[in-house]
Amino acid sequence: MNLLKIFSEIEKVDGDVYEKMSSRRGLFKHLSGGGLKMAAAAVPVLLGSSLNKAYAQSSAVPDILNYALTLEYLEDEFYKSGLAASGLIPENRRAIFQQISKHETAHVGFLKTVLGQLSATPADKPEFDFTAGGKFADVFTNYQTFLALSQAFEDTGVRAYKGRAGELLGNATVLTAALQIHSVEARHASMVRRLREEKGWITGNDSSGLPDAIYEGEDNVTQGGASITSLGYSSGIATEAFDEPLAPEQVLAIAGGFIVS
Amino acid sequence: MNNTKDQRHEQVSDFEEKIMSPMRRARFLKYLGASTAASALILAGCNDDDDAPAMNTPGVDLGSGDIGILNYAYLLEQLEAAFYEMVVSTPYSGISSAETAILTDIRDHEKAHRDFFKAALGTSAIAMVEFDFSSIDFGNRASVLNTAKTFEDLGVSAYNGAGKLLTNGTYLLLAGKIVSVEARHASAIRDLLNPFSADYAGDDVVTVDTGLDLAKSPSEVLMAADAFVKNTIKFDKLPS
Repeated sequence: MNLLKIFSEIEKVDGDVYEKMSSRRGLFKHLSGGGLKMAAAAVPVLLGSSLNKAYAQSSAVPDILNYALTLEYLEDEFYKSGLAASGLIPENRRAIFQQISKHETAHVGFLKTVLGQLSATPADKPEFDFTAGGKFADVFTNYQTFLALSQAFEDTGVRAYKGRAGELLGNATVLTAALQIHSVEARHASMVRRLREEKGWITGNDSSGLPDAIYEGEDNVTQGGASITSLGYSSGIATEAFDEPLAPEQVLAIAGGFIVS
Repeated sequence: MNNTKDQRHEQVSDFEEKIMSPMRRARFLKYLGASTAASALILAGCNDDDDAPAMNTPGVDLGSGDIGILNYAYLLEQLEAAFYEMVVSTPYSGISSAETAILTDIRDHEKAHRDFFKAALGTSAIAMVEFDFSSIDFGNRASVLNTAKTFEDLGVSAYNGAGKLLTNGTYLLLAGKIVSVEARHASAIRDLLNPFSADYAGDDVVTVDTGLDLAKSPSEVLMAADAFVKNTIKFDKLPS
């Protein structure tokens, strides 16, 4: 099940899904002062048990690969567009984004190849709107906006792969490949965050001007039943030391606003 | 998986084969392998090994199954934490405040990982391992940061390679939560060494054609870490 199929599945049980989940109306509507800082925008809590069942049924390996492929399509097109936008990325930072772009393109190709090997059909590339309906109108003319969305996509990518690794436990080859992509996204995320003068790691659920949904749950300090703070660490360190996953519906709420069809 | 005895035997033989070829090439032969034949060779190799474990350094057995893999991760986190504790307590000359902040954060993350594994493993945890950092010049920026790069990249490749060896989804998720933080570290350290270049996710670690990071088996990782570990590490019962 790819992201778009998830959309349609949700629509079946909740006709208002687009209004509730679309970042245009929800996550991204609280722009203040023309900046990127979002007011607290709750992740939609509409997802009921019927949807959870739909997600649970989506755990076949090709569906997970197509979920990943859709996110990689988004990243791939985002960086290609950014690199093609004249004057956007400073000359002395281009090497960084050329490397990311190269990897996202490779991920798209790799995932398509694996899907082909599984005799599965790769999802079609969606049509993207990186302005999210005009909310990020200057994404390809303002470097800071571009950086902010880059961070959003990389950190979300890391969380998305992490959220589905467990479903691949029975398939060693695909699981390992997914982990190998996951850590590359984390390398990207760290670099882009540092370009924004943020730490390379995520402290608490600090959204650094991005929609709060991207970092929801990153303030968790309990791991495998053990409280990291009670081991003598500050909550800052305890949260930085462990990255948290996102479930597909959370990823959808974040990425969906950039997908036109 | 319902392995017959024969299949299990084949797997063991396969494992021996996998570890034996790097073993033969290796400078260090103190790791204990899967069979008496391997052990005999290892012991023979140890005779003329200057870095053979001291008589009073106890052996460490990682154990088997998921617990073995968690102990393997615990060992690597012990290594990283001990290294960064030295880095922060004996800063290299010319260290910047930004570098101090990054290295202090990383130290604390690695300590938190280490202490988490100790707590999670409880009575199944291996003992604290002893390390030998004599090859590192802690006063020299390049020596410290290049070692940090080696350890972070090694950690990433270790977790990436170990994921498939786990059977428990909770443990897999925990490994996933940690490995991306190690990758964030690796990226930052690499950028300190070669700022604003492509090295933060360089072609030496990310395969160009596929965009995949490295994934290494426990035996490969332990061989690479060996020069810094004083104890004899027994890993023959780890899943493979």
